[in-house]
Amino acid sequence: MRSESGTYNQIGLHSQETPLITGNQTFASVTDAISEIIERKTPRLWYLAIAFSSSLMIMFFVLIGYLIWEGIGIWGINVPVGWGWAIVNFVFWVGIGHAGTLISAILFLLRQRWRTSINRFAEAMTLFAVICAMIFPAIHVGRIWVAYWMFPLPNQMDMWPNFRSPLIWDVFAVSTYFTVSLLFWYVGLIPDLATLRDRAKSRLRKILLGIFSLGWRGGNRQWKHYELAYLLLAGLSTPLVLSVHSVVSTDFATSVLPGWHTTIFPPYFVAGAIFSGFAMVMTLSIIARKVFKLEDFITIGHFEKMSKIMLLTGMMVGYAYSIEFFMAWYSGNDYEAFAFLNRAFGPYAWAYWIMITCNVVVPQVFWFRKLRTSIPVLFVSSILINVGMWFERFVIVVSSLSRDFLPSSWGYYTPTIYDVGIFVGSFGLFLTLFLLFVRFLPIIAVSEIKGVLPQADPHYGKEH
Amino acid sequence: MSNQVSKTELMIAEFEGPAALIKAAEKIRDAGYMSFDCHSPFPIHGMDKAMGLKRSPLGWIVGMMAIVGGSGAFLLQWWTSAVNYPLIVAGKPFFSFQAYVPVTFGLAVLFGAVSAVLGMLILNKLPRPFHPAFNSSNFIKFSTDGFFVSIEASDPKFDKTESHEFLRSIGGRNIETVGNH
Repeated sequence: MRSESGTYNQIGLHSQETPLITGNQTFASVTDAISEIIERKTPRLWYLAIAFSSSLMIMFFVLIGYLIWEGIGIWGINVPVGWGWAIVNFVFWVGIGHAGTLISAILFLLRQRWRTSINRFAEAMTLFAVICAMIFPAIHVGRIWVAYWMFPLPNQMDMWPNFRSPLIWDVFAVSTYFTVSLLFWYVGLIPDLATLRDRAKSRLRKILLGIFSLGWRGGNRQWKHYELAYLLLAGLSTPLVLSVHSVVSTDFATSVLPGWHTTIFPPYFVAGAIFSGFAMVMTLSIIARKVFKLEDFITIGHFEKMSKIMLLTGMMVGYAYSIEFFMAWYSGNDYEAFAFLNRAFGPYAWAYWIMITCNVVVPQVFWFRKLRTSIPVLFVSSILINVGMWFERFVIVVSSLSRDFLPSSWGYYTPTIYDVGIFVGSFGLFLTLFLLFVRFLPIIAVSEIKGVLPQADPHYGKEH
Repeated sequence: MSNQVSKTELMIAEFEGPAALIKAAEKIRDAGYMSFDCHSPFPIHGMDKAMGLKRSPLGWIVGMMAIVGGSGAFLLQWWTSAVNYPLIVAGKPFFSFQAYVPVTFGLAVLFGAVSAVLGMLILNKLPRPFHPAFNSSNFIKFSTDGFFVSIEASDPKFDKTESHEFLRSIGGRNIETVGNH
């Protein structure tokens, strides 16, 4: 690996590897650098940003209110396309969340120590993305006041959820995913909240941080259980993150619709989810790094590693696209063959080719070191990838539904202003939550960063 | 100050860094102290062994709870769809155990994760916002760059003068005794 610049020195390194954290940090300077972001006066830019995002969020909730009042007929959905943008957005948001869990859990188990710089806000991103995701199916049920029927609550009618339906699997998978991600995130935060508590000046901060840091004392008797709990949560989240998007994909794959009824869906969806999630982590971390001057903590090396993961998962997605085509032909099923030709050359061909361009062509730039170490290139391509991944879900949902078996029941789906408004508004909710997070909580895992500094090693500075 | 110490008191000594803390832990362990702890801003590799601690039992708790959650979920699905109110849906059997797998797995993970967090908190006796250690203005450095040893007064080997002398001899600085004020 090559270093970004020659500004750091090599003292105390045991291997030739590039240091994960640059700028000759000490334990105290790490604490200061991360804590000061939250302790200093609120920047003007933050107020401007949250004013913008919360306006979108208010629009989101107002439109949802109108949706509940009026019914889901205000959306563009109808026969034959009964699932429109709401389900597209659900899959889009829940997919974005997956990178956060991959970074926090899978890379943790694989001992990828570079994850410590980005795991905290990737996990926050997961939580906020899953919150956005959960809203869409909830409002799509139409009669939201009986949404509790989705849970197995004893009732006088002895009515239970249909556990043979993948839609009910989704309820359990996504709500478990949210709960486990929240717990994982909070457990990671405890030592950092203690750090902030011990630096707090105002009484309010002292009380609030005192409550939420739970009286953490950093004793090894505590670290012992803590580290095992963290490891176990990582171990539990790893199969969970792979299962959640697999379950989401069964919403489609267990139906009989051409273009949906394929066994490749679970791995294909998981790869796509990680792909889109890393793109979102990339977009957000480029902004956060610039705004909060975190160049020492999030180095070009981190971006390079993320872009390699995006290259890999992007090609898995591209492979899935081609295998779908192959299987449609190889199965000898006329309806399958038609569904895929229709995707590429039918009325939604424009969406299909946006998807191909953004998801298959764009990530190819990551082959070149010059391009994958260029912040502008990374920023633009990460946004394009998320556009492409949204279109992937659009293509899957809409193209298959709009033209199924009977040509007499074909149709063309057009979203209404409410579809657009609620989707745009969900970004408002996501960004508002994210802005609150960067203002009030440590955006980088302080105690974990200290653990990967060279001087954290008990053998630091000694010859072996 | 008398020589009679209250059981909630705590003696705290500061050490230089991770390596010094590990060495101190080994010496305190060898001296026969039982109720002591080593505080650091991050977990130090090899400290469990240096302090002579056993493995955390949390894995067993989480494993058991995951089994409870998974089997509970499976029984719930079987009972609701095959016993309490059997309904024919899409011609599938009432007891479609294959279809029960995602929810069974989900609840196993959920129970495991919740018990990992609650178990960790219970084993660590947290939340405990008021602890004698927090009465030391020096000790709170532990969350930034301080490395501390604390010995509890309830330890049978604890003696105010002797323990003080011992901690000083193994390299401890800023030694102080704190209690509940």
